This record gives sequence, structure tokens and C-alpha cells, in this order.
Amino acid sequence: MPLNRRTFMVKGVAAATVLSAPHVRADNHAGKPKVVVIGGGAGGATAARYIAKDSKGEIDVILVEPSRMYYTCFFSNLYIGGFRELSSIGHSYGGLTKGGVNVVHDWAVGVDRAAKTVSLAGGAVLNYDRLVLSPGIDFVDGAVPGWDVTSQNKMPHAYKAGSQSELLKAQVESMPQGGTFAMVAPPNPFRCPPGPYERISMVAHVLKETNPTAKIIIADPKPKFSKMALFQEGWADNYSGMVDWIGEEFGGGNVEVNADEMTLSIDGEVTKVDVCNVIPAMKAGRICELAGITEGNWAPVHAATMQSRVDENIHVLGDASAQGDMPKSGFSANSQAKVCAMAVRGALTGSKVFPAKFSNTCWSLIDTDNGVKVGATYEATDEKIAKVDGFISSTGEDAALRKATFEESVGWYAGITADMFGS
Amino acid sequence: MLAFLTSQIRMPALAALLFVAPQLAAEDIGDAKAGTEVWEHCSACHQIGQGATSGIGPHLNGIFGRAAGGLEGFDYSKGLIREGNNGLVWSLDKLDAYLENPKALVSDTRMSFDGLETKKERDDILAFLRQFSDNPQNIPEAPPTARTHEIVLPPEVLAIVGDSEYGEYLASECTTCHQIDGANEGIPSITHWPQEDFVVAMHAYKVKVRPHPVMQMMAGRLTDEEIAALAAYFEKLE
Repeated sequence: MPLNRRTFMVKGVAAATVLSAPHVRADNHAGKPKVVVIGGGAGGATAARYIAKDSKGEIDVILVEPSRMYYTCFFSNLYIGGFRELSSIGHSYGGLTKGGVNVVHDWAVGVDRAAKTVSLAGGAVLNYDRLVLSPGIDFVDGAVPGWDVTSQNKMPHAYKAGSQSELLKAQVESMPQGGTFAMVAPPNPFRCPPGPYERISMVAHVLKETNPTAKIIIADPKPKFSKMALFQEGWADNYSGMVDWIGEEFGGGNVEVNADEMTLSIDGEVTKVDVCNVIPAMKAGRICELAGITEGNWAPVHAATMQSRVDENIHVLGDASAQGDMPKSGFSANSQAKVCAMAVRGALTGSKVFPAKFSNTCWSLIDTDNGVKVGATYEATDEKIAKVDGFISSTGEDAALRKATFEESVGWYAGITADMFGS
Repeated sequence: MLAFLTSQIRMPALAALLFVAPQLAAEDIGDAKAGTEVWEHCSACHQIGQGATSGIGPHLNGIFGRAAGGLEGFDYSKGLIREGNNGLVWSLDKLDAYLENPKALVSDTRMSFDGLETKKERDDILAFLRQFSDNPQNIPEAPPTARTHEIVLPPEVLAIVGDSEYGEYLASECTTCHQIDGANEGIPSITHWPQEDFVVAMHAYKVKVRPHPVMQMMAGRLTDEEIAALAAYFEKLE
């Protein structure tokens, strides 16, 4: 048998999977189209599950995700606020395996676009006909002077959920009475536009109960942020005098931190702080850069199919993509994944392709039973995913509506995680 | 008239869409680059972009979503203040009408401009202006950045036989929140409803008789066929 690149790669995969992950089925369906999905979050898990489910075995789907337990970023603020257990936002991949997805727990370390292969840290090389990249975010080096990833054990970002969330929660709970919690908020665009401000609400909720003379300061490089009026009303009503937001106008973008001294300098004024939550500027997860499909910090895509504008065999989902108007959120990634799954099936099996429809809703919790939301629908244009309609909670809503909004968010969490991970 | 025309062509277009490559469902406002030339009509009185300030006319950063007469510190005409108090907020359609004929919308505006008769010029300047208002990627509640087609279909909606395969596809949007196994936690179950009840409920959201904003939004862009397809799918779901 002539040993060409393709047969070599297929054998390479079979051998590697046997060695590194015994539960993975041997990949010997050489005739079937192959999809490799990198990243098992709201974009990747949903795409893998929908492609496997809807192709009914006609497409081999491999999901590459380093973690065996995935903690959702959404609702991780509620964990910090004491409204959820960490275990309640952790999800394993058993449901996807049951649903016919070949889940490989490894790091993707390279993409050869000419050969259409992905190499993994464990040594395996995977062939693909279509590659779906949904790696989430990484941080821009040097974005916050004085901070780099080695500082994250003193000044956590907690913007990837799990151990970072645990650290930040523990730090908040052990603040001295009357101490100072500081946040360095990120510049646009970033994952979860209301996220930093929901987090402030959750930290304030904890401090109000246990440490009511504590202070919260936010250094923000932006002049405004999502749901700003709702959060500011909520902070004034529930945490009066506790929260000090320093926006662009007052030097909120001119910061420097020192993790050893636990200091934060805002526009030249140095403050000693007890907790410093640094959320740096963000960029697409590194694999997008390695694949050579980024422009600037993000990977541009065609709106109707989520295909990379650089390589039509690659789709990019969620936070990593530059797609237009959708906020970088779990809901957005889940919505984009379904459009992508349909386009991938259409390309590989000739199944029907319907017009792309996208939607997003971001719920935020301000205090106990006090939920707000912002949402929109989006459609594809030549240029981008464009917002066409939307709504936002109003200031001054009554307690019953706010409680119903919170309960709705709890229902949504159960819904989207079942949609991502199967059951 | 335009909405009427789009409703006439929408049905055959949808049928065609089922079998071809992804189609674009919304239109970009216009060509922002071409809009920079149209802006020359405006720039004698208005500034826009970083560091813009008000002069003869108010600066136009953040004009989309701003109330008429709403920029603090600018001395507006009585007409613009009155319309602002009446609830006029600058949206794509309102700005389009104002630019076509300023005095038709606000009779005593001090903006001495005859208006842009050509639709393309208005589309292009609106696309140009939109770049300097909030970006929905960062501020999700920011105003829309594209036009979608208004859908109005004939009244025999209950007679439509839903395509449950199409329904299954569309349902992926519903199952982000409504659980497919019919669980009822914070968000109600939508499985196994009689088709007619489902169709009636969705149309009630669509015309905003039912109050829930998420559902109004979701139903608002579904065609009658799509609602029928969803009803067919969810009724028979195992």
C-alpha cells in the first residue's frame, strides 16, 4: 500500500488515541468526512454536539479540550457572590461522548492549514475536512502595566472560571474589615460586557453581609459600559456609598499595578488595596494566532456561516471571532455554533442549509432576587452579524419582575448547559 | 408600500432558501466609505469622531439612541426640544426621515438643510454616522446597525402544515433556554403543546399581545411557516 500523507495521518491518529485516551474509539472510518472542534465551551461543545447529533453518524466529530471538567464563565460571578456552588457550574463531557462525539482531552498546539491537520501536545495529529476553532480568550501581554500571567495568583483575573474564581472568592472573604477591593476593568471588546459589573455587584453583596465598611473601586478605561444605568441604580440602592467607579474621564484607563506591594495606581495616585481583580485586554485564544487566521487580536469570519475570512475550511466561534455586533458571550457562542453546525453539515453531507439566525441575552444579578437582562436578535449581512432588534430591562422595575428575571436566568443556565453538553 | 412589496416577495424567496446556500437576511445600512463624501454636506456645522465638539450644530457622536434635543449644554430649537419631550429618539428610520426632509419631521428646526432626496446618499451617510455611536458588540443595548425585512403574511395561518424538519432546525434557538426534555425550571416547558395552541401563543408574542420581551423578540422575526414548523416539531417531540 502506498504510504501517502493522508493514510499516514489516519494511522497516526488511531495510534495516538489508543495510547493517550483509551476510551476514544479507534478512528478508522476513513470514508467519512471529519470535523475537528477545538475548545469545549459554549461554542465548541455546542457545535460538536449538534454536528454529531444532526449528521446521524455521517460525520466523524472530534472535540479537543484540555479540561475534563469545564467550569462555565457564565454564573461564575454568582459563585463569587455565594448564590451558586462551584460544583454546580462544572460540567464533564460524558454527555457529548454518549452523543457520538469523540472527546480528546489534550491541548491543540498547531494547525497546518495546507495539510488540513491539527497537532496535539500529546503528539497526535488529527486530519480534518472542516476545523472549528472555539478557544475563547487569552490576555494581551503588557495590557496592564505591572501585571502578567505570573501575577494571577496574587491579582487574579477570574475571567476563566475555575481555580481563578475560587481564589478571588477566597480573597474577598478574607479581606480585613474596612478593606479595599479593586478591579481593573478591560477595554472593549471583551468577553461578557456586563461581566465585570455583575462581579462588582456580587462582591458588594458579600461585603455588605460580612464587611460593610469595605470599599470597592473600579478603574475603567471606558467612558460607559453595558447596563450602566441599571448597575448604577442597583449599586446606589443596595450598596450605597460602597462602589466608586472611575471611568475614562477621571483617568481610569491610566493604571499600573504592583502585585508584590498590592498597590494600584490610578492616574498617578497610588492606593494600597487588599484584593486586586485585574481583567486585562483580551484577544482570541492562541490557537487562532497559531493557525494564522487572526487580524489584530481576533479572527474575522463571514457572518452567514462563521467561516474564517482567511480559510474557508475553518470556522471560528464565540469570543475568538470578529463577527460584528454580537457581544462575546456564552449565549452568542452557543447561537453561532448552531449556524456553524448547519453550514458544516451542508458543506460535508449536502444537508439543507437555512438562513442564519442569531440571538443573545445577557442576564446579570445585582443583588438577591434582583436580576436584569439585555438581549437582541441578529442577522447576517454582507459585512457582519448585524443587530436588528433588542430590548433591555428598565430602571425602576418592581421587585416581582426582577425576581422573575433572576429565576428566568436560572432556567436559562439549565437550558444552555444541557444544550451544550447533552445529558 | 415598501413593506407591502417585501411581504409579496418573501414567500417564494423563503421556499427557495430551503435548498440553497446560506442567504443574507438583513441589509447593511449603506456604504460608510461613500458616506464620508456625503458628510461634506454636514461638516460645515457638525463635528464627529474623537474630540468632536458642538459648534453651529451639535456634535454627532452617539446620535443613534439619543433623544431629540438631548445633548446637554447645546442650545436647541424649541421644535427639537418639543419632539424630544414627545419621545422622539434618533433611530435609523427617524434619522432617515429627518435627513430626507428636516422640516417635515421637526417643523421649526434650525438645521438649514434642504434634505437628501436620494435614498443611496441617505443610506451612506447613515452608515457613516452609525460608526460613531455605541457598538452593540460592546454595549448590547445599543441601537441596531442593519435593516431587517418586515414580514406580513396572509391570515390563513392556522391552516399551514408545519415542516417539522425545518422546525427541528429552528428549535435549536428555543432549546438554548427551553429544555428539550420538557423540564420546567424558571423557563416553561414548550414540548407537546397542541400545534394550534403553540401557533396562537407565538403569534400573540409576535404582535406583542403577550408581554414577555425575550419571547416578543424571538417570535417577532419568525414567519408564519416557521411558527407552524416549530409547532409541528415540538408537538411530536419524543
